[in-house]
Amino acid sequence: MIQILDIHKRFGEQEVLRGVSLNVPRGEIMVIIGGSGAGKTVLLKHLIGLVRPDQGRIFVEGVDICRLRRWELKETRKKFGMLFQDAALFDSLTAAENVAFPIREHTRFSDAEIMDRVQTLLAEVGLHGIEDKYPSELSGGMRKRVGLARAMALEPQIVLFDEPTTGLDPIMSDVINELILNTQKKFGITFFIISHDVKGALKIAHRIAMLYEGRIVEEGTPEEIASSSNPLVRQFLSGSSEGPIHVI
Amino acid sequence: MGPITRFGRWIFLQVEHMGRLFVVLLATLYWFLRPPYRIHETFLQMEYVGVGSFFVISLTGIFTGMVLALQTFHAFVSFNAESLVGATLALSLTRELGPVLSGLMVTARAGSAMAAKLGTMRVTEQIDALQTMAVDPIEYLFVPRITAALIMVPVLTVYFNFLGIVGGYFVGVNYLGIAPGPFINSIVNLTDYQDLTNGLIKSGFFGLILSFISCYKGYTAGEGAEGVGQATMQAVVLSSVLILTGDYFLTDWLF
Repeated sequence: MIQILDIHKRFGEQEVLRGVSLNVPRGEIMVIIGGSGAGKTVLLKHLIGLVRPDQGRIFVEGVDICRLRRWELKETRKKFGMLFQDAALFDSLTAAENVAFPIREHTRFSDAEIMDRVQTLLAEVGLHGIEDKYPSELSGGMRKRVGLARAMALEPQIVLFDEPTTGLDPIMSDVINELILNTQKKFGITFFIISHDVKGALKIAHRIAMLYEGRIVEEGTPEEIASSSNPLVRQFLSGSSEGPIHVI
Repeated sequence: MGPITRFGRWIFLQVEHMGRLFVVLLATLYWFLRPPYRIHETFLQMEYVGVGSFFVISLTGIFTGMVLALQTFHAFVSFNAESLVGATLALSLTRELGPVLSGLMVTARAGSAMAAKLGTMRVTEQIDALQTMAVDPIEYLFVPRITAALIMVPVLTVYFNFLGIVGGYFVGVNYLGIAPGPFINSIVNLTDYQDLTNGLIKSGFFGLILSFISCYKGYTAGEGAEGVGQATMQAVVLSSVLILTGDYFLTDWLF
């Protein structure tokens, strides 16, 4: 389980996170919703130690990851998988080599065993026959699925998603959401997802939290969020430009 | 904001930049000594830096030797010293022009590509992805490239020197009519083994400088296409300037 305690982070003049506290129970799908610039990506990068907080603590399975040394952090990161917004596949490697990369780096399997595992992982995300294609030859949805296969490669306990459905058409978005649901059910791992896709969030989340101006303004089950009386949440769910959230 | 505040901030920023560069430099040294040693990746980079630069080094090497022979001939002929053209050619190539021009050509060709590649990896989150997969980007990206440049720039320098002398011989003997015997004799008599080795030590340093600066500039690239463009430009300019200024101090130290 992940425990986030009063995280503050500023970049120069800009205070991005202003005291975020959140509990993510083990084996659940937590979705953080919020507009662009609310600090969602920064929060996500804190969880895997890409960004260190100015103040506050983050416990992953009881370990405070903000105070780890470099090599300890490396060990902790092996428990994580991460799917980046544009998948962040290595463009000099083929799809299969991308999925094989973390396995090659951290295990001693033979080439045949690795290729076997890669086939299984790619089949789980519904991809066949694209092993030898380079990322630039794949569609956005395919890249995300290869990215998910790569994130799952080391059998992580926690998988982080940076806007898994952004930039996809509605059908492909639903395919990805279904895939997230099924994968989570099958392996029972913790998913931490940041998204501004309200429909998807309500569909897949066990719990939803809304981040606004660097703080969590509401947290609850999808039902609680859908019926929330918080005007910030209501405006975000309805997608209206009228309300307390001013964009311009 | 007053001018003093602005100057103070600029100083702080520069100190911060230097500090970050130093931290990355230390991390690079650390990973040089520690496994994993990526032999395969290093050979790929050696191919890229070395074999890939073969053509451009051939061209610049031959023409540098040719123009050098032409220039020194016209200067030396006025006091009947044309037999020394060969030695002048060999000394300037092995000591100066070979290392410096090879370094600059590799910067232009491979250094710029390193900076652009790492910069693109930075802005498309591929470097973040490496880190989340518990692979240190400095170990995975810097070390093979720096090793490759450290080995291949001296190799290219030897090749440059050789072709430069061949080009100079061709112009001097076949075109300007210097007798081949004195031409070669002056090279053999006046060039020391040390001229060559010191030149190679220089070129090793240039390889280190250009690959580290190029990797570092790409690694710390700013946002978007603009960031990658800036990083590439800075990598080439800074590497070239450091090669030329470093050349002075290395010469002072070595010769």
